[in-house]
Amino acid sequence: MGENGIGKSTLLRTLSKVQKPLSGTIFIHQKNIEKITEKALSKQVSLVLTARLPESQLTVYELIALGRQPYTNWIDKLSPVDIEKIATAIRQTEIEHLINNRFYELSDGQLQRVLIARALAQDTEMIILDEPTAHLDMHQTLKIFSLLKKLVATTQKTIIISSHEVNLAIQLADEIILLTPNTLLTGTPKKLMETNAFDTLFPKELVNFNKTLQQFVIIKS
Amino acid sequence: MEKTKYTKQFLILSVLLIILFFLNISFGSVSIPFKAIFNSIFGGNITKESWETIVIHFRVPKAIIAVLVGSGLSICGLLMQTLFKNPLAGPFVLGISSGASLGVALLILGSSLFGGFFLTNTVSNWSLPMAASFGAILVLSAVITAANKVRNTMSILIIGLMFGSLTAAVISVLTYFSEATQIQQYLFWSFGSLGNLSWSEITVFAIIYSIGLIGTLFVIKPLNSFLLGEDYAKSLGINVKRSRHIILLITSILTGVITAFSGPIAFIGLAVPHIARMLFSSSNHKILLPAVAIIGALVLLICDSIAQLPTSEFTLPINAITSLFGAPIVIWLLVRKKKIFV
Repeated sequence: MGENGIGKSTLLRTLSKVQKPLSGTIFIHQKNIEKITEKALSKQVSLVLTARLPESQLTVYELIALGRQPYTNWIDKLSPVDIEKIATAIRQTEIEHLINNRFYELSDGQLQRVLIARALAQDTEMIILDEPTAHLDMHQTLKIFSLLKKLVATTQKTIIISSHEVNLAIQLADEIILLTPNTLLTGTPKKLMETNAFDTLFPKELVNFNKTLQQFVIIKS
Repeated sequence: MEKTKYTKQFLILSVLLIILFFLNISFGSVSIPFKAIFNSIFGGNITKESWETIVIHFRVPKAIIAVLVGSGLSICGLLMQTLFKNPLAGPFVLGISSGASLGVALLILGSSLFGGFFLTNTVSNWSLPMAASFGAILVLSAVITAANKVRNTMSILIIGLMFGSLTAAVISVLTYFSEATQIQQYLFWSFGSLGNLSWSEITVFAIIYSIGLIGTLFVIKPLNSFLLGEDYAKSLGINVKRSRHIILLITSILTGVITAFSGPIAFIGLAVPHIARMLFSSSNHKILLPAVAIIGALVLLICDSIAQLPTSEFTLPINAITSLFGAPIVIWLLVRKKKIFV
């Protein structure tokens, strides 16, 4: 978490090797990410990005099936294992009724579930999501967050998200990384609250973190 | 699931292709009965020897070229549209056509300027394709060198267009200093032509075409991943930079050889991918690639048959026909469907 422009997306894009690090090195299982081939990394880390997909006529099923590309042969033929993994991903995200639709017909909330299903089909230990609820209303936001929470519990995957939903993150996240202009604070939501870390998140004039309510409140002048 | 869904369309298109191939052969300034055409191809008895010569040495080569050029340009169009995520992209956006035009312009128009540099003023069968290929490779390597310095695919598109303008300007200057007969000769090349190719030229054409076609099979997977954008493609383990280079290379080989032998044929490469997407309502390249190839061949065979104007002595320039009949069809399709896709 962090304010706009602090570098959340940059951090996630760097972690997933979509862009080169500005400085420093990243290790996955003690292995330098620069030394891991794109092919090998694609079996360890999958992505859900905020940017709109280019317009095309892909069906939901085809879109999810693209998640199997790291495993398919040169002509991209789906094996029985691939088909099984895709079916599991569809089941886990509860989008069975959508699979024959074109993806442009979906609502933002449905599309987000489909993109998560695609990442699940990629069968990686780690899923990185950049602001998965950016375009969603409160109900859809809650649905996505509870889906992610459920996935962490049932699949034992590491799910890293960037989000502006501070209040939800405090309730649901196992661990929070706070990006502030000067430092980086990490810990469980509880620990961060105890150390008053959330006070550093936004300028103090307008919002304030209320410990008893466990959320940010607007300061009324 | 996906195979059975599209079998019907593919079957109909293939049958249409075969019918049109033979229909195309039966059209021409000399009217030849269909039976004689069939016999001359499959080695039966022919009443007139001249018929056999016309069919074997003129009409069949032309129909084959139409199939190769139509499918080749359409495949290039599809590759470019997916790579650039731009429905307006076509095989010629990279400056390939302008490069080829520059080569031909230098050969035909430049001969008066540079005098002795070119040995003769007469343009032989092989010098045109050579000049066109040379020009295409020259401009294309300039574009690719520039493209290597930019990361953004959209910039490559614009760089290609800029090189196109540059070469067009050079050609204008050349034209200004040229004589009427040479300008006319250049103009005729730019009309495009499917005919007048010998069997040996067709063999060369077909070999290079096949190399390009085999190459496209290997980029189906990256192409499909590009449908999600380059970031996703990368996260799916696709080597984006290498795939982009292979796609550019295939397009230049195919477009280069096509332009070299038949001139810059407009419209097909841009429009056929759209027609294919509408007929198949799919963006999956495993379906689109064969669809685009068949439809491209079909469209050019139809255009060439129209250009022949059955039983007339005249042959209209193929470039005019492709645009004249094709553009309204695409406009109509788009207005009806309202939504276009990459």
